[in-house]
Amino acid sequence: MANVERPLSPHLQIYKWPLAMAISILHRITGVALAIGAVIMVAIFVAVASDPACYEWIRGVLASKIGKIFLFLWTIGLFLHLFNGIRHLFWDAGYGFEKSTTTKSGIWVLIATFALSIAVWGVAYYCTNV
Amino acid sequence: MSLRTPLSEAKGLGSAKEGVAHWWFQRLTAIALIPLAVWLAFAVSMLGDASYETVRAWLETPHVAILLILLVVATFYHSQLGLQVIVEDYVHGWLKVVTLILINFLCIALAVIGVVALLKIFL
Repeated sequence: MANVERPLSPHLQIYKWPLAMAISILHRITGVALAIGAVIMVAIFVAVASDPACYEWIRGVLASKIGKIFLFLWTIGLFLHLFNGIRHLFWDAGYGFEKSTTTKSGIWVLIATFALSIAVWGVAYYCTNV
Repeated sequence: MSLRTPLSEAKGLGSAKEGVAHWWFQRLTAIALIPLAVWLAFAVSMLGDASYETVRAWLETPHVAILLILLVVATFYHSQLGLQVIVEDYVHGWLKVVTLILINFLCIALAVIGVVALLKIFL
């Protein structure tokens, strides 16, 4: 063990990031982010149930510029986790393990995430002008 | 040739002694959350930054209350299962046990708080 000069196997940061790896890591990060978002959702329910002033305060925070940026990131996180989750369900069923297929399905996850995120905010803009 | 006893094979709990319960309920809640989450995203986008009265009226609609209660339960069940896997990967020793207990308590508490709040609005 004394020989600290011995070669180490290449570490994670050495490799070029394949799409599958990036999405896999994002799946975990978005999962944690969505759990935090779920706490805010419950806070809104509690505010509506008990205190209109508290609801107004939360509404103000979320409708601010920073609030909207966070909501947009949560929208992307939701759809990325959702569509990549569907991809996982296909893997669970035994489909889509070919290397070329995983790259293709990963690209479709990104396309669907982008499309649905834009659609949700398009609807918001069309219906409420937020 | 299997070296497992007939009893262990019948129980089907495997070497981790937990069986497939964690894996199965993660998938079950995931499938439930696909339509629920898409519905919520578009429903909220139509509400925008609605006033207290508008949001309250929306939450008092029966189908909204039902779907949101299902969503809250599925969300925090799914969160607990997912966060547990992440903690088991990166946290070790007694800190892991403490974190897992906290996540369990928090997820159950938040699910109950959410459901009670929704019922209080609806009833």
